Amino acid sequence: MADHSTVAEAHHEVDYGPAWKGADKPLKAGYGKLMMWYFLLTDAFTFSGFLISYATLRASSLTWPDSDFVFSTFPGGLHHMPLIFVTLMTFVLIVSSVTMVRAVQEGKRENKNGAAFWLGMTIIGGLTFLGCQAWEWTNLIKNEGMTLFTNPFGKHTTDGVYINEDGSEGEHFAAGANYIVHRHHGQWAPKKYKVLSGPEKGQVKYQAFGPREFGALFFVITGFHGFHVFSGVVILFIIMLNVISGVYVKRRNGYEMVEKVGLYWHFVDLVWVFVFLVFYLL
Amino acid sequence: MAHLSYEEAKKAVIRGLIILGAITIIEVIIALLAKGHMIEGFHMNKLLYGFLMAVFSIIKALFILGEFMHLKYESKALRVGLALPFILILWAIIAFVHDGNSYLQRRLDSGNVIPVEMPPVPVLPAHETPAEHGEHVKK
Repeated sequence: MADHSTVAEAHHEVDYGPAWKGADKPLKAGYGKLMMWYFLLTDAFTFSGFLISYATLRASSLTWPDSDFVFSTFPGGLHHMPLIFVTLMTFVLIVSSVTMVRAVQEGKRENKNGAAFWLGMTIIGGLTFLGCQAWEWTNLIKNEGMTLFTNPFGKHTTDGVYINEDGSEGEHFAAGANYIVHRHHGQWAPKKYKVLSGPEKGQVKYQAFGPREFGALFFVITGFHGFHVFSGVVILFIIMLNVISGVYVKRRNGYEMVEKVGLYWHFVDLVWVFVFLVFYLL
Repeated sequence: MAHLSYEEAKKAVIRGLIILGAITIIEVIIALLAKGHMIEGFHMNKLLYGFLMAVFSIIKALFILGEFMHLKYESKALRVGLALPFILILWAIIAFVHDGNSYLQRRLDSGNVIPVEMPPVPVLPAHETPAEHGEHVKK
């Protein structure tokens, strides 16, 4: 015991100056903001890991369904609208990012009502995005039958012609054409077709499922992003309540919490840029 | 955007919205064009298309980081400290995409190719699903 106190006293005698007490900010940013940045850095690595595994699995697959075929439905029973719905989702997220910037600006001016209002708008944007995602998932799971382990979206590797139930020849298709395995009364009903090119010319085959990694990657990665949006909405809500209750008026660093949650929210938008790129554009 | 007056900063926000929105619209138009939805029978070179999309996405990302997340106005030490770790990501992208291509090549080279199109499904009982990718269906 005695030894310890001596050591402690010895340390007390050294004057490290005001820097030791937090007077210096070598990176010119507060502690909380710095830690948010480092958290976002680690989170960026997690997302990078996910997206790079998507690239690896896609590169190792013989076929991969085209995004403009898979994501071509729109609410209200509309079909053949490739990428339109997801573009709308992207806009919702961009707008919510913009309202977040406004909230931070109003916070800097210590305008309590302004900050609370724009935080509220950001929350509405976040909830709208989540609603869109919920619709997209429901459509894929319930109507089209895609799950973590099943992917009904396939791609033909040969030319061919579909064979109707009465044995007559139906629609022709070329190699590289996308298809979806349909269901009848909850049962998979793959269509029969005759191969018209390649070494298996003349054989009669059934449509097979596409690479199952497609479904797994889609649900895990967009789900992980959606989870970030959801937690972002929760945090935004808490910060909005704090703003309204006037907690930040008394704080030394004022409305810096609004700025920190703003960083998180923009990061969610940033990640979406790349999710949008790999899943929907490429 | 601490260097701007309040009115200027508000204008900068609208400018940001227009820039991000415009880039997204351009991206989607190029995507629909490249995939043959705009002009009958026209398809863009896949490598060129991928490159364009990546460039647009990186521009969007840098804009969000710089303006919305204020990184442009933070200290240089912080910016460099956050940017350097992404050298690892750059390496990972190159290495793992190469890896994926190598898997595919090995699949194609070996006689043990996992077929994309499955052997014919002779009779499909009502409770059975179609052949899975890589599974052989019993005759």
